[in-house]
Amino acid sequence: MTGQSETGASGAARLEVEGLSLSFGGLKALSTVSFAAEPGSITALIGPNGAGKTSMFNCISGFYHPQQGAVRFDGRDVTRMHPPERAALGFARTFQNIALFRGMTVLDNIKLGRHAHMKTNLLQALAYWGPAQREEMALRAEVEERIIDFLEINHIRNMPVAALSYGLQKRVELARALAMRPRILLLDEPVAGMNREETEDMARFILDVKEEWGTTILMVEHDMGMVMDISDHVVVLNFGQVIASGLPHEVQADPHVTEAYLGSGDPAALMARLRGEGPDTGRNREEVA
Amino acid sequence: MQIGTAKHSYRADEALLTTRPQRLWMALFALSLCAAPFLLDNYWLYLACLVAINVASATGLNILTGYTGLVSLGQAAFMAVGAYTVGWMQLNLPTPFLLNLLAGGFTAALVGLVVGLPSLRVKGLYLAIATIAASFILHFVFVNWESVTNGNSGLTLTPATFLGTPLTDYSQLYFVFVPITALMVLGAANLFRTRIGRAFIAIRDRDISAEVLGISLLRTKLMSFAISSFYAGVAGGMWAYFFRVVTPESFPFVYSIFFLAAIIVGGMGTILGAILGAVFMTLVPELLRFGIDWLTPVLPNAAAMLSPVRTIVFGLLIVGFLIFEPKGLAEIVQRTRRYFHLWPFKK
Amino acid sequence: MSDLLFFTEVTLAGLGSGALLALTALAFVLIYKATRVINLAVGEMLMLGGYLFFAFAAGLGLPAFAAIPLAVAGGGLVGAIVERGLIRPMLGENPISVFMVTIGLGSVLVGLVELVWGTDPRALPAFMGTTPVFIGEAYVSRKIAIAFVVAAVVIAVFLTLFRFWRGGVALRATATDQAAAYSCGINVPGVFSLAWIVGCGTAAGAGVLLGSIGGISPAMGVFGLSALVVVIVGGLDSVAGALVGGLVIGLIEAWAGTYLGGEYKLVTTFGLLLVALMIRPYGLFGTTEIERL
Repeated sequence: MTGQSETGASGAARLEVEGLSLSFGGLKALSTVSFAAEPGSITALIGPNGAGKTSMFNCISGFYHPQQGAVRFDGRDVTRMHPPERAALGFARTFQNIALFRGMTVLDNIKLGRHAHMKTNLLQALAYWGPAQREEMALRAEVEERIIDFLEINHIRNMPVAALSYGLQKRVELARALAMRPRILLLDEPVAGMNREETEDMARFILDVKEEWGTTILMVEHDMGMVMDISDHVVVLNFGQVIASGLPHEVQADPHVTEAYLGSGDPAALMARLRGEGPDTGRNREEVA
Repeated sequence: MQIGTAKHSYRADEALLTTRPQRLWMALFALSLCAAPFLLDNYWLYLACLVAINVASATGLNILTGYTGLVSLGQAAFMAVGAYTVGWMQLNLPTPFLLNLLAGGFTAALVGLVVGLPSLRVKGLYLAIATIAASFILHFVFVNWESVTNGNSGLTLTPATFLGTPLTDYSQLYFVFVPITALMVLGAANLFRTRIGRAFIAIRDRDISAEVLGISLLRTKLMSFAISSFYAGVAGGMWAYFFRVVTPESFPFVYSIFFLAAIIVGGMGTILGAILGAVFMTLVPELLRFGIDWLTPVLPNAAAMLSPVRTIVFGLLIVGFLIFEPKGLAEIVQRTRRYFHLWPFKK
Repeated sequence: MSDLLFFTEVTLAGLGSGALLALTALAFVLIYKATRVINLAVGEMLMLGGYLFFAFAAGLGLPAFAAIPLAVAGGGLVGAIVERGLIRPMLGENPISVFMVTIGLGSVLVGLVELVWGTDPRALPAFMGTTPVFIGEAYVSRKIAIAFVVAAVVIAVFLTLFRFWRGGVALRATATDQAAAYSCGINVPGVFSLAWIVGCGTAAGAGVLLGSIGGISPAMGVFGLSALVVVIVGGLDSVAGALVGGLVIGLIEAWAGTYLGGEYKLVTTFGLLLVALMIRPYGLFGTTEIERL
């Protein structure tokens, strides 16, 4: 899988989830969920807490094995594949609660993203000679020039991750995912817990990734403002089922969605609230009022 | 913060020694290593050889435990595998000793792969306990596989020969052991400049997210076990050529604890740490011996106290470093360096 | 017929040493449950208990009924000191570091005992009598029978306390969630101390029993490794596991030692350990640790 183009731009893949069901013992986390993320688009997966979004993500990245249904990557069934194989195929993901290697520097964290695409073997590594050295230098150059510059994290490249602010850590995690030469990028709550400014930065980076790298992006996010702003396609989950999907404004207008988020009640008032704020963050409430 | 260290190329920035003083110190150190055999007496050369062997093995354990986070209490047993392999080959095959050492390393690596298998199911302390079990099982094999190991009486080796000269005295062995150990340390340092070393650290820090990055836990953990036991095997082989007797009791369980203690005292997960730790832990018992020798005129039975006192100090060093200086001697060295970088601005 | 009788005798002896193993394993479990520390120095605490009894009974000439409680109390005292001095400062550290601290502690204890009493094995003053016990036709050494009964009684007391006494409930609460237990008003540091005191005292008591059967030596801490196998097989946090595991390992060691030869004892135990780890990593009765992404 290392043979793909150097830019990664042409590598955007189509991800398709078909009839996926997952249960833990008697608890049904997902039942016959189907949707698709089109190449080069941003698809958002939303839903109230406990709707099954993270379970969905874990099925797509290979941590959970669904009992039924399939995950297809450019038409290829990857449902039974282990996470490392998926990474080699072009899956990259970030985590809801950042999963960086805290003891390592930013640079090493990002370099790790390339692991699956590198070839240095043990003997070459011990000698650090010839191909091993060339490969490391090429990686360093690419990481510096294409990722670190792009995400504006030059100033922190040699700092240990543990010393960084939350927003910067999230950005480093995105950088590491980009170093994986993703053909599909899975972002698990990329702006959760961020302030307004950080959220806007991140939204800009996600849009830039889509435009410059052409990667397919699938994200789970609670921040409705951001979801509605940057998504091309929105899928709403509730109780493990898809209750709506479509363009952002279509989904916003869907009464099922309103009900799922806010319970039944006066639809107009509820919708006004839904438009203005994420149900979990509640951070820009005053703007609605 | 050091200034004046800007680099013009990525290669220069990723070199092992990045500043001029570092290179200077290293050159001095290499020079003194070369000069040592001509300056030291036989006793100190004996210790230098022992230190070289222990540094090699501790560096191996550091790769597994310090960098990959897999705690092993089987390092001495892997050394024994190497020592027995070398012993058997020396006695039964006409192969040159360097080849024997390599074979010792590879045999130990194979055994390490098998012992590493439980690491796929269990981690942390459970793995440490699995390695304890493995070392007792290996001990049983050494005692009972008499056709190869000669049971409890063990193997008595002929000296290694190099270009027809038997290597018997310590200065000859020094010139064999120190370069081998230096190469092994250099290899370990290089390893952590590449994808493989990074994958080890990733597994130590968070093994689930390592998987998402395409790092196969199975392959990488086993690779770490194999490298670590390869180092132990070569070290054990050197040990065999050094003492020229290998018995099941040559590599007791407490020797495994010794290596774990060495990397704790030295500093886990740093190349320098394993070196410092192995040197320190090898030399402390000798210093204690000097201390006891001084005491003998005052305390007539001081000599009998040597072994218990060594055991106590050994334990105290482990406990003391873990509580007061968990990053070990390497951290003390770093602190000292920082102090001199800031001197005289900070007092 | 005599084969069967012999088998019965071996089995009974195995049950006897199994009870001792279970008692020692209990010390591991108590300490692990409360503080999440695998105390590898349990074997050395056991050795220390044997030597303390030796000091009180042979050195000071105290009768057994006084020397035994003193030895147990001495073990408990050392446990308290160790917990406050070495384990408390390591709270929140990597479990492997704490594990290594207990290894260091074991080394210190061995060194101290060697310094004070020398390295030669010694016999403990007899206090159990020697008249053999017969169960049916099967012969059991009196010491082993007594050890079995004592161990069984102590374990039964522990089980009862665990279930019904407030302190036992506090221990279980602490084991489940330290922070939650603390916020419920449970004196968590107190529970830590208590667990170490009781655990080390138990180990010391087991040491007296073991020493009176086979004599004492600075190397007898190896028994702790067999007990460690017991807790791994049974489950580190399970009292029932320690009990069942102890008896099972005791039996298997006795059978292996008799029918295969003494040198097979330890290797069988450890082989079993590896199998147990591969099949049920958290033991027969242990709680599976679930990792979250």
